[in-house]
Amino acid sequence: MSNNSLQEIYGRKGRIVTDQDAREIGRVEELAYELKNRDVMSREVHTAAPQMSISDVLMMLRKHRISGAPVMDGEQLAGIISMEDIVRAMSENALSASVSAYMTRPVISAHDYDSIVKSLETFTKSGLGRLPVVDESGKLVGMVTKGDITRGILLALQKDYHDEELRRYRASHLFEDITSDRTSLILRYRIKPRDFVNGGQASSHIKRALLRLGAPPQLARQCGIAVYEAEINLIIHSTNGGILRVQIEPHRILMQTTDDGPGIPDVAQALTPGWSTASSEARAMGFGAGMGLVNIKRCVDKMELESTPGKGTKLLMEINLSAEEKFKGGAEHPEEPPV
Amino acid sequence: MHLSEILRIADGTILTPSTFTDHEIRGGVGADLMSDVLAAARPDAVLLTGLCNPQVIRTAQMADVRAIIFLRGKQPMPEMVELAIQENIPLISSEHGMFELCGRLYRAGLRSFETNMNGDHE
Repeated sequence: MSNNSLQEIYGRKGRIVTDQDAREIGRVEELAYELKNRDVMSREVHTAAPQMSISDVLMMLRKHRISGAPVMDGEQLAGIISMEDIVRAMSENALSASVSAYMTRPVISAHDYDSIVKSLETFTKSGLGRLPVVDESGKLVGMVTKGDITRGILLALQKDYHDEELRRYRASHLFEDITSDRTSLILRYRIKPRDFVNGGQASSHIKRALLRLGAPPQLARQCGIAVYEAEINLIIHSTNGGILRVQIEPHRILMQTTDDGPGIPDVAQALTPGWSTASSEARAMGFGAGMGLVNIKRCVDKMELESTPGKGTKLLMEINLSAEEKFKGGAEHPEEPPV
Repeated sequence: MHLSEILRIADGTILTPSTFTDHEIRGGVGADLMSDVLAAARPDAVLLTGLCNPQVIRTAQMADVRAIIFLRGKQPMPEMVELAIQENIPLISSEHGMFELCGRLYRAGLRSFETNMNGDHE
């Protein structure tokens, strides 16, 4: 979409963009392509005839509170008569002149199947304020103004917002809506070795899922950091990658990584701050400072590292949720389960 | 301090115009080691870093970093810019080095949002 049309929507300059706007701008651009003229146009069109007098048209415009109308010669679109044309007629004392003498021609029209972005460009280029909308056969089916486009975008955004609210609402009530003695949600991700470019994607999904479930930002951050360090460890060290598994329950979050090698020869040493065996590739990515496990420990209530050289490594992390952090619903005192 | 003010002090260039929001930024963190960022950054900081790879964006997302400044004129790859736009994190490039820019921002009143090894806020 050209910058011009975005500027049309957001104003030329100076206005401070709010957080909400910034999130929506990307979506507005998308909508400018998604929405068609037929989605936003006014279908009820008041038309004028070429032989009508300027004063009659003026009365008609006033009556319907509009600022212009297409001029129809039978089925044919003959021109557009706007307030500007009428002012011109008035300055020439020609209120009784016929519309055909003052209307604007040739008519620039828009197709009902075109994206609104195209109409926005036409508005910018032509300086026009309204466009008649025609269908494939050239028949007049509506009118579109900048106001119609703004309204159309706002309505679509409102619908988006409502949908997201609904998704959040549904997700955050997951544990309330499902009755069982012990409900848990399990997320599993397969992590590829040495994939530094996509690394972190799983953790990113996990953090977003927690926020969507209604977790407080601080909790989502703690979990995010813990699983991210664990995911990076799989990418750096595991022979064949591994599995990252998160089990979300109303009262706690269990996170776990497992791999099938190479295993850690000295677990105590691995837990020493600053100890690292990371490759230069990992170091180039900003990791391998020997702080990963230390960071994880800081973020969780319980961490257990089990490893057998040649067999593999299992890292368990657990966060118990405080009364305020607990996900709504679920049993108050769930039995200690087999994991 | 607003992000626009930080941009001015850094003589910076915005690399992701669509994510630029003039947030109030209350503190800063400077690090090239991503584990240091994850360990030390308090939420809502601006991150100054000499490192330039996709994990910087991921780290920022995990640590709730509000904006990233790449030092010494480093230019992120298109994939990184795309990821930053997706995660709504503004990216800025500055010609200054770490010491210089930390000093400038600190002098202008931006606080440290680093937590030291005793767990205290600086």
